[in-house]
Amino acid sequence: MQNPWIYIGLFILVGMMIPAMALMIARLIAPRKPNPIKQSTYECGIETVGDSWVQFKAQYYIFALVFLVFDVETVFLFPWAVAFDKLPLFAALEGILFILILISGLVYAWRKGALEWM
Amino acid sequence: MTFWTDPINFVADWLMGVFTGWGMAEGLAGVLIALIGIFALVTFAMLLDILLVWVERKVVARFQDRLGPNRVGPFGIFQPFADIVKLLIKEDITPIGADKIIYNLAPIFSLMSVLLLWAILPFAPKIFGVDLNVGLLYIVAAGAIGTLSIIMAGWASNNKYALMGAFRTVAQMISYEIPMVVALLIPTLLAGTMGVNGIVESQGIWFVVLSPLGALIFVISAIAELGRSPFDLNEAESEIVAGFHIEYTGMKFGLFYAGELLHAFTFGGFISVLFFGGYRFFGLENFGPIVAAVIFLLKALFFYWVIMWVKYTVPRVRIDHMLAFNWKFLTPLAFVLLMVTALVSKLLAGASAGWHAAGLFLANVVVGWLTIEILKAHARRQREREETPAQPAVQAAQH
Repeated sequence: MQNPWIYIGLFILVGMMIPAMALMIARLIAPRKPNPIKQSTYECGIETVGDSWVQFKAQYYIFALVFLVFDVETVFLFPWAVAFDKLPLFAALEGILFILILISGLVYAWRKGALEWM
Repeated sequence: MTFWTDPINFVADWLMGVFTGWGMAEGLAGVLIALIGIFALVTFAMLLDILLVWVERKVVARFQDRLGPNRVGPFGIFQPFADIVKLLIKEDITPIGADKIIYNLAPIFSLMSVLLLWAILPFAPKIFGVDLNVGLLYIVAAGAIGTLSIIMAGWASNNKYALMGAFRTVAQMISYEIPMVVALLIPTLLAGTMGVNGIVESQGIWFVVLSPLGALIFVISAIAELGRSPFDLNEAESEIVAGFHIEYTGMKFGLFYAGELLHAFTFGGFISVLFFGGYRFFGLENFGPIVAAVIFLLKALFFYWVIMWVKYTVPRVRIDHMLAFNWKFLTPLAFVLLMVTALVSKLLAGASAGWHAAGLFLANVVVGWLTIEILKAHARRQREREETPAQPAVQAAQH
């Protein structure tokens, strides 16, 4: 294969086809007798009250935001790590400085109480 | 080149000869051969998955002082086949109000995200799907599809438990992705490449010796990424019944289950690839790719067993503990470890491989010791705070 990404593309196709085939076989041989009681939302035997898409904690958003900061930063750190052997000491220290700036961001979020689950 | 030194390319070349002999264009034949290879690899993965169901049930039985399946065939080995037949003939119930397309796509995505990882798994020097030069980023990307499948399942089921389970899972998975990515940076830094084959080849000394703390962080965050106990908040049966897959029945549930087991095994493989030398085992891998592949699979199975051991020994953690453990302990530790590894590795760049390894190992020991001391001091302070009666003034000063 000249281009490995063609291989990955084919892999995605096959990887979706195999589970889809299993579902298709199940659809052919499984019985299907739907009724309203059977298809109702499961809630341990109690009927669902109100909308199922309930409100959720805003805390999830804050964690997602903190996550985004660190996730983007790894994109910058991976090239640094790959080229690490060829870098002079100064460039290695620069990478460490970059990580320190990030950690100061984590410390700020920590002090602000963003990492507390309330 | 014979079958025993390079089996994949041997078969591929033979097939190429056959296809071009039929008058097929070379590019088309290449794609066709790749497809045959992918089918073989995926089929192998699925067959292994069936075996893993049996292994899992047998091992959990032993941990819980039971016998496990022992009726269907010798040692109950045919039990998973009976399970599959049962799952296939179960009625498929779609709840009213479910988003049908997303509801049906979620299990497919769940299994696909795991199968994608098999594309880069290096079984032996010349037995692997493809050698991506950004292999480690690819691992993270494929894992993100798994997270996506869970939120799809939770959102589309039209069920409160499923939605809550999905939110918990996403909070957990994105949190633990940070220490995992930082732990992935350490082998990258030491090997100088992101390709998994290159990482295995550069492990003359296993990276677990150079960075034992990094290996520990990776194993912990991998268990959290898998959503296995003690981090199985997404399917905490005492709180939200089954979490995101509560409304799934029959084969759709089966796909989630198969995906989870195969994911655990695949991560066992990646633990061995990144930190425990992959297919290398004290020169035994030189006997040929078949032996190397067997070594790799045994190592992966061993780490799969370690993940199971943790799962069936440690009780579930609370959600605030889970998040605090990640953000206040694992993430800072991972970053400190990365900085120390980079610094020591650079300072010892001129030294021999032995001294380099010894220096890094020592640095890890020092970081680990300091971590334990800081935790001890923190625990002591907390105990003192709990023993003295709470003072409002102190509370106000904190805010």
